[in-house]
Amino acid sequence: MVGLEHYLGLAAALFVIGIFGLFLNRKNIIVLLMSIELILLAVNINLVAFSAYLGDLTGQVFTLFVLTVAAAEAAIGLAILVSFFRTRGSIAVEDVNVMKG
Amino acid sequence: MTVAGFAFYVFALTVLVGGLFTVVSRNPVHAVLWLITAFIGATGLFVLLGAEFIAMLLMIVYVGAVAVLFLFVVMMLDVDFAELRAGMAKYLPIALLIGVILLVELGMILGTWVTADGVEMLAAPVAGEVQNTAALGMVIYTDYILLFQLAGLVLLVAMIGAIVLTMRHRRDIKRQNVVEQMHRDPKAAIRMIDVKPGQGL
Repeated sequence: MVGLEHYLGLAAALFVIGIFGLFLNRKNIIVLLMSIELILLAVNINLVAFSAYLGDLTGQVFTLFVLTVAAAEAAIGLAILVSFFRTRGSIAVEDVNVMKG
Repeated sequence: MTVAGFAFYVFALTVLVGGLFTVVSRNPVHAVLWLITAFIGATGLFVLLGAEFIAMLLMIVYVGAVAVLFLFVVMMLDVDFAELRAGMAKYLPIALLIGVILLVELGMILGTWVTADGVEMLAAPVAGEVQNTAALGMVIYTDYILLFQLAGLVLLVAMIGAIVLTMRHRRDIKRQNVVEQMHRDPKAAIRMIDVKPGQGL
């Protein structure tokens, strides 16, 4: 059986890929949301790996809640995206400047 | 190498390649499909780790719902994605720099961390004979019942929020008005005209 370090290394690499995607696609909100999903997936891999190797179910329970929040976040993010596209006709990040926040 | 080890490397490669192509592919539809590939690889990893319930949940919720939601939005919005991709080459150096720095930092931790003495388990340990799903249920519905209910509340709020954000009433299209349609009577709807021959209306 492969060691815990293998899973941690994989999760770290996936996390870095997600961060890389955030910086690479600064204009495209859809790919930004997908990068966030990748980051959350990396976190989930970490939690489940620790849960399996330490023999403690808490990690898997926590993964369940992270999945819930990630699904809610994707739904809300895409809904905001759709309504924004209807009003502005664009999804470029630099066009999101109406509130001047 | 054992079969489990080989399977781990296959799934790990699937996850990494899927993730990498998700962020670098030029077509967002391809990006969503690569994201699905990454999720399927992660599902395999979770099965390898003995977390079957989470694996199936990932398959159903992520591949079945979230990724399809992404696909719908990508295909519904008429966006010029080539224009959005224009700045990619400009951002590549800084993205690579940050990525490499983060990777080195995480790699430095990886080989050196140790578990402190006297660490206690938080919840019930993984039971030997009970299946993973049943063991999770025993923990979720007892110790974590409040968090479980709150997770349901989060999903409810997300559902209502998404509906409220995207619903709109268009005025420029014909709609059914059920009450008005049911209250039509023949007297108001039909007019009898006695047309004289040779004259017309």
